[in-house]
Amino acid sequence: MWESLVQPFAEFSFMRRAMMGCIAISVGGTPVGVFLLLRRMSLTGDAMAHAILPGAAVGFLVAGLSLGAMTVGGLIAGMTVALLSGFVARVTALREDASLAAFYLISLALGVLIVSTRGSNVDLMHVLFGTVLALDNAALILLSSIASITLFALAFIFRPLVLECADPQFLRSVSGLSTITHFTFLALVVMNLVGGFHALGTLMAVGIMILPAAAARFWAVSIGGLIVAAVAIAIASSVCGLLVSYHFGLPSGPAIILVAGIVYGISLTLGPVGSLAAPVFRHRVNA
Amino acid sequence: MTRRRNLLISATALVGLSLTAPTPAWSADAPIPVVATFSILGDMVERIGGDKIAVTTLVGADGDAHVYHPTPADARAVSQADILVFNGLAFEGWLDRLVEASGFDGVRVVATDGIQPIRLDDDDAHHDDHAEKDDHDHAAKDDHDKEEHADEHDHGAFDPHAWQNPANAVIYVDNIAAGLAKADPANASTYYGNRATYVAEIEALDADIRKTVEGLPEDRRTIVTAHDAFGYFAETYGLRFVAPSGISTESEPSAADVATLIRQIREEGITAVFVESITDSRLLEQIADETGASIGGTLYSDALSGPDEPASTYLDMMRHNVETLAEALSP
Repeated sequence: MWESLVQPFAEFSFMRRAMMGCIAISVGGTPVGVFLLLRRMSLTGDAMAHAILPGAAVGFLVAGLSLGAMTVGGLIAGMTVALLSGFVARVTALREDASLAAFYLISLALGVLIVSTRGSNVDLMHVLFGTVLALDNAALILLSSIASITLFALAFIFRPLVLECADPQFLRSVSGLSTITHFTFLALVVMNLVGGFHALGTLMAVGIMILPAAAARFWAVSIGGLIVAAVAIAIASSVCGLLVSYHFGLPSGPAIILVAGIVYGISLTLGPVGSLAAPVFRHRVNA
Repeated sequence: MTRRRNLLISATALVGLSLTAPTPAWSADAPIPVVATFSILGDMVERIGGDKIAVTTLVGADGDAHVYHPTPADARAVSQADILVFNGLAFEGWLDRLVEASGFDGVRVVATDGIQPIRLDDDDAHHDDHAEKDDHDHAAKDDHDKEEHADEHDHGAFDPHAWQNPANAVIYVDNIAAGLAKADPANASTYYGNRATYVAEIEALDADIRKTVEGLPEDRRTIVTAHDAFGYFAETYGLRFVAPSGISTESEPSAADVATLIRQIREEGITAVFVESITDSRLLEQIADETGASIGGTLYSDALSGPDEPASTYLDMMRHNVETLAEALSP
């Protein structure tokens, strides 16, 4: 048993790299996912992932398969969409979700257009999706840097961000930090998605951000508790997913996300806070 | 991904509909419009047809025909063509819907018609959901050509990369020549004449490859590539090819696949791995890094290179591949 858990990581450096990459994404991306969840912006992650794709595609067209160019392209596209939609939501009558939807669709359409002008060459989407099994040093350094920056930034904006989650109107009335907080947070979302698509592919990156956060919701009440639980679930799911991929010959990206999905299912039914089984717990406490 | 693809295909279908009405009016002198699905077939068709035909290649140089997204221009090209040449064996999973959308009603040439396909055991065939779905659509809707139907019925069970064996390439050329002659009987003698010249060149190529491979030591005949595209080549010349990705470039490798490959490289003392022109090389670079093997060079499997690169025709591609292998594997 112990053998089958440790041996793959001991024998193969690609497994150790995959695990390191997943831990970096879990530590950086999952807390961001928790705040997305608390701000009822869970679907924003998915929208942003689509918005990033064209930028990465342009980066690829300009500089080939270069980590730097694709990252910068993705960041620019994601930030442009985030800033424009945030700006429109704050100065016009249109709500944030509608303006985000508008801009991400425009960005996506632009991306498909760019990809098509590239003609019949190597399928771009295929190239843009990384695999967690092929993380080189540059990609690992990028993922770790993103995780570090995210943690520092979250620590810095933690108070206003929590307030923004709880009562955005109040924050806006007492402090000018609301706007800065909001855009810093969106920047973190974009950064973590860009990091995630190098390792897991864009859609899978959204999965490791949102699923552990949603599962943690059934285990903890406080924000600190939520973040700790979510990161723990994300790391455990990653390691389990990699082992499943290793022992059962399944593709690693989907395996990781599906394990996280199973954890979500278990939390949903058995978690102590607000789950299907929660009334039973409460009953026992009262008795 | 799938959702986007469906959107694109419906867009293609709309454009195709609007283009089906006018049939191209070509006189006896004008070149006959022919569509070939990918660059290798395009090159072969050009060799046989010469200046009697005008070839449009859908998936061009360095393109990956496994995961291609057809464009409206492709639908137009197909709708205006008199002859459509494709590989078959479910290589072009996107083709059936494109043909249907474009309203093509010319001569269809299945290049692999009459070859001895290599059956894949399930373990090796990492065929993906998407291609399987295409096949079921195909089997349900399409019964225009019995041969092709039989070929594609067991989709995913056969290796489509048949051109990697020059003997099959001769069959490809025969099929293409017969198709062109059928559509344009006036020039049949030209087509069969070109065919004879070309076949002689392919046979010379086959002899050269055999000589080169015979020069390789027995214990250095295992070759690591990105995806399983060299089954026919391996069978013909007694080589062994292993790859982390399956028969289609679209499947994602599992950790088990990569681990098995790394163990194999270590145990057999394989010193070189080869990247392919159409696939992402990051995974292979990582594998090479972990095992201490070197990158032996670039092989061209499913697509020709651009005109200024070493594999711009079928013959050049095969020669380039075998030279690259020999250079890296010779002691």
